[in-house]
Amino acid sequence: MKTLVIKIENLTYKYSVGTPFEKVAVDNVNLEIEGGEVIGVIGHTGSGKSTLIQHLNGLLKPTSGKIYLDGMDIWADKSKLRQVRFNVGLVFQYPEYQLFEETVYKDIAFGPKNMGLTEKEIDYRVHEAAEFAGIREEVLQKSPSELSGGQKRRVAIAGVIAMEPKVLILDEPTAGLDPKGRNKILSQIKTYHEKVGNTILLVSHSMEDVAVFADKVLVMNKAKVFAYDTVENVFARSEELKAIRLAVPQITNVFHRLHEEGYPVPENVYTVAYAKRKLLATLAERGKLPNA
Amino acid sequence: MLKDITIGQYFPGHSSLHRLDPRIKIILTIVYIVLLFLVKNSAGFAVSILFLVVCYMVAKIPLKMILRSLKPIVPILIFTSALNVLFVSGDHPIFDWGVFHITQEGIYTAVTMSIRVLCLIAGSSLLTYTTSPIALTDAIERLLGPLKVLHFPVHELAMMMSIALRFIPTLIEETDKIMSAQKARGADLESGGLMQRARALIPILIPLFISAFRRAEELALAMECRCYHGGKGRTRMKQLHLGVVDGLACGVMVLTVGAVIALNFLPIPW
Repeated sequence: MKTLVIKIENLTYKYSVGTPFEKVAVDNVNLEIEGGEVIGVIGHTGSGKSTLIQHLNGLLKPTSGKIYLDGMDIWADKSKLRQVRFNVGLVFQYPEYQLFEETVYKDIAFGPKNMGLTEKEIDYRVHEAAEFAGIREEVLQKSPSELSGGQKRRVAIAGVIAMEPKVLILDEPTAGLDPKGRNKILSQIKTYHEKVGNTILLVSHSMEDVAVFADKVLVMNKAKVFAYDTVENVFARSEELKAIRLAVPQITNVFHRLHEEGYPVPENVYTVAYAKRKLLATLAERGKLPNA
Repeated sequence: MLKDITIGQYFPGHSSLHRLDPRIKIILTIVYIVLLFLVKNSAGFAVSILFLVVCYMVAKIPLKMILRSLKPIVPILIFTSALNVLFVSGDHPIFDWGVFHITQEGIYTAVTMSIRVLCLIAGSSLLTYTTSPIALTDAIERLLGPLKVLHFPVHELAMMMSIALRFIPTLIEETDKIMSAQKARGADLESGGLMQRARALIPILIPLFISAFRRAEELALAMECRCYHGGKGRTRMKQLHLGVVDGLACGVMVLTVGAVIALNFLPIPW
């Protein structure tokens, strides 16, 4: 049975209230997030997705509206706000720029240390998080400045994973990485989710990533929730998505066209892996036909 | 938070103050500051405050912006005023207690000094509100131009200034981002004693410095790629020309200074 982890009620956030630069960044958003789900968050730059996720761990205070974590209003008791931040781990865009310690080990330990854990527990968590993020043992004693961009980013992600958050939010974790670094990070996150089974929010520009990775998709457009549904249901609305200048995965477009042209393929396909299976099956069937 | 800092911020607009030649604006601002120290009585202060109010109205800068730029200096102002009130000695004591003497002179000094400082900040803020950083450094470079004869690196200085100004908002944004990121990892920036707070800044300052150096390196490279090598032989896209408005502004300033000096001779007690 699924349980509600985060509930957002009528959330509105305005920047620079009372100045000529006032701007509504999040407009009356209502949202329910269940435990164990992986949610892809997509939208244009400035659609409010980054602002929205910074509300989930109390970094931004709503102009109006409420956010509940496990049924508790996170702003009800300000002294518990830090606790909320440990429960909702947020990895920012380009997180490698926040590394500051002399060694990778110490940097990953920063979060657990702030939680006030024992040395032993911290040590355990650092090693566990490093493993989840694919950081080898010998790297732990290196200085972050010696690492490559992709490695640095995985260290930064490990720093948040080490807090063992109930909800992990990643803001474009693959931005600016080469395909190899990108695949590595995505597969590490996937393994992590399979093992720990917590809730993950993945902000991404890549429809392909979201299709492979997520159970549900949240589409933000102009500060509002445009759609929040399963991957299939959201990508089935491809015409609407195109209208707000968001695209469905390329492979979905390819199969739409194939279907339109009368080929015996399914109409709604979202991942390359699934497409490959279906195509091979179709071809095999055709192979059996006498005149093929 | 940090975004509320408005000193040195440019407030885009099309008023005649915005269109004034930046060189004239700098000179007039300096004249205004000198003027503030020429004032000897309340009538003079009234004129200099009125002048500033009119300027702000012409520039269409909202009152809120002015108040926000003045807010950071209020504590300093209160502190120095208190010192003035308590320690300035004079012939007209109101209250005496040990080392503390509250005198009319003390109160007078406190009030006039506060008005001067407030006008000074508001006046120089007006310069940065109505002048883009680029125009400002351009003007400084021109005004300091004669020093080139003495081999003073005017262009380099102006370039450094414009780069520094250009990067203030970027660095503020960066600081905000790093602070959020460390807070997300449970960094506690709001509580604890002085030492603890100072130590809590390390996770913010180190990444900030690293990124500042990285940016500096990238910028230097980008400038070199575009063949930048100092000010020699460099021409300007925007030439500065003095116009009618500039003459008018100077006229108004001369009148104000004249009025203040004349008012200084008024036979009023304060």
